[in-house]
Amino acid sequence: MDLRVSLVEGILELKNPILSAAGSFGSGLEYQPYGDITQLGGIITNGLSLYPCAGSPLPRIAAAPAGLLSSVGTQNDGAEYFIREVLPRLPWQSVPIIPNINAGRVEEFSELAGLLAAEEGVTALEVNLSCHNSNRAGQRFCQNPVTAARAINAVKRFAGNKPVIAKLSPEIMDIVEVARAVEAAGADAISCIGKVQGLAVDVRGRRPVLGNVTGGLSGPAVKPIALRCVWQIAQVVKIPVIGVGGITCARDVLEFLLVGAHAVSVGSASFSDPETIFRIVQELPAVCEEYGIEDIKAFRGSLQI
Amino acid sequence: MISPIRTELTVTDNVPFGQPEPGLGGTHRYYALTLERPAWKNWEPGQFIMLRPKDGGTVEWARPLTICRVTSQSLVLFFRVASEYGTDRFARLRGGDKVIVWGPLGTGFEIRSNTPTLLLARDAGIAPFAGYADMHPDPACLSMLFGHQHPSSHYPADAMASRLDMEHLRDRVPGDCEEFYRVSARKMQEYKENGGICLACGPMDFLYGVWKKALELELPTQLLLSARMNCGVGACLGCSTITSKHWPDPIRAGLPVHTCTSGPVFWARDIDLDAVMPERNM
Repeated sequence: MDLRVSLVEGILELKNPILSAAGSFGSGLEYQPYGDITQLGGIITNGLSLYPCAGSPLPRIAAAPAGLLSSVGTQNDGAEYFIREVLPRLPWQSVPIIPNINAGRVEEFSELAGLLAAEEGVTALEVNLSCHNSNRAGQRFCQNPVTAARAINAVKRFAGNKPVIAKLSPEIMDIVEVARAVEAAGADAISCIGKVQGLAVDVRGRRPVLGNVTGGLSGPAVKPIALRCVWQIAQVVKIPVIGVGGITCARDVLEFLLVGAHAVSVGSASFSDPETIFRIVQELPAVCEEYGIEDIKAFRGSLQI
Repeated sequence: MISPIRTELTVTDNVPFGQPEPGLGGTHRYYALTLERPAWKNWEPGQFIMLRPKDGGTVEWARPLTICRVTSQSLVLFFRVASEYGTDRFARLRGGDKVIVWGPLGTGFEIRSNTPTLLLARDAGIAPFAGYADMHPDPACLSMLFGHQHPSSHYPADAMASRLDMEHLRDRVPGDCEEFYRVSARKMQEYKENGGICLACGPMDFLYGVWKKALELELPTQLLLSARMNCGVGACLGCSTITSKHWPDPIRAGLPVHTCTSGPVFWARDIDLDAVMPERNM
């Protein structure tokens, strides 16, 4: 069965529709003992910032019913370290490498894009629009179609011919409006959703569980929200949509394709079992057959209302 | 570095220790979980595994457990029931149940023959020292100080007492915990004078005190950090430890490292627990 997906013709071609999600697969190297990472459709790396970032205070992770609450605060060693120490060790000749980029100012997004896009090993960039905009009192870029578009436009101008994927949060009044705005600003694809903000508390200690007080919820608990967002966006934009949120098996992949996604990113399920993403890749053809799907392109967006 | 493997194992036994506790709905607080032995070529005491029940559905998260012992037939894990979505499920495992395990993960304790070695353990922190005593070529060099909140029947202490010199200090009244810390510090002083080393495992507050004393005495000391690990492979960034200026790789000095991959066993001088636990340094 032909599982190939073209997100940007000739530039961002995936051998299958399954990518790793930012924040859950490290750089990809961490999972090499558990499977062949070149068999994935692509690797979206953990979030990078222009400069090294120490991240949020501990604890950073709390288990929740059907999900994980986390606040890592984009701990990373900075884009230059990634380029110098990590990228050369990744099998970028065999699998698309897509750094997820984070910034507090539009200018930082530009600089990050310029640095990373200049690297042969970088196939595309995913822009985390859930970042707080330091020029707007910490409002997230994606909360406003104008600031979201500005960030994407800034990245596009410095990304050369490297495709730019806009990652959207569901926590905005109208995700469709923001999707339209980033498409107009030049985004080559949209991924959604980012994590949903939540809170875990310790009754005995009468304190929040996470050091940062609030965190982002991921896992199966958010899958219905992600499906809704993908479905709404896929109907109004012409660029491909990558579904993210609660994918744990091949059938989940089909659910996202059914509502219009071109591809999916597997996130926190990798924490439940490091073989999860490799198993999904392996099982997808058989599960397609089980559901009578002969052509995933024809199946995409075939939800009947 | 020992390469980890992911494997499916069968539970052979799950033995509760001590008495059931009303606060836990009548369940026990401590368990020794025995699994069939994984096909590991090697392992080191202090390393851990990630474990989750196989039939737990799609929303089961794995939890890290320190390796207690590995025999020719079995892998033994000793754990404390601590969380609603974690170790409480492990308490319900029974013989014949299947679990998913990946490991061995992380760094292990230093084993030095002919060197006086002080083992400092508090509560479930006793777990890795069973395997340590098994593997040590010269167990006569080992001496353990074990501080605990509950009666010794809650811990695998009796089985270990036959293999190494062990002193117990149980908290019976308020202030006993501090007495354990004082005795620990006194023993560390003795081992410094005797050219020994110290290895410690237990809650972070306890390890912070050991860390401070180790730096003060310049006693070679390793700490097994019980930070909240999540993925066990360095991908989730949930467990972070800040290195000191002595970190072996100067490029990473003063920066965060993953506890699960750069640790969980660290030399005290290589890390900065004041940066990890700023509330303790106020």
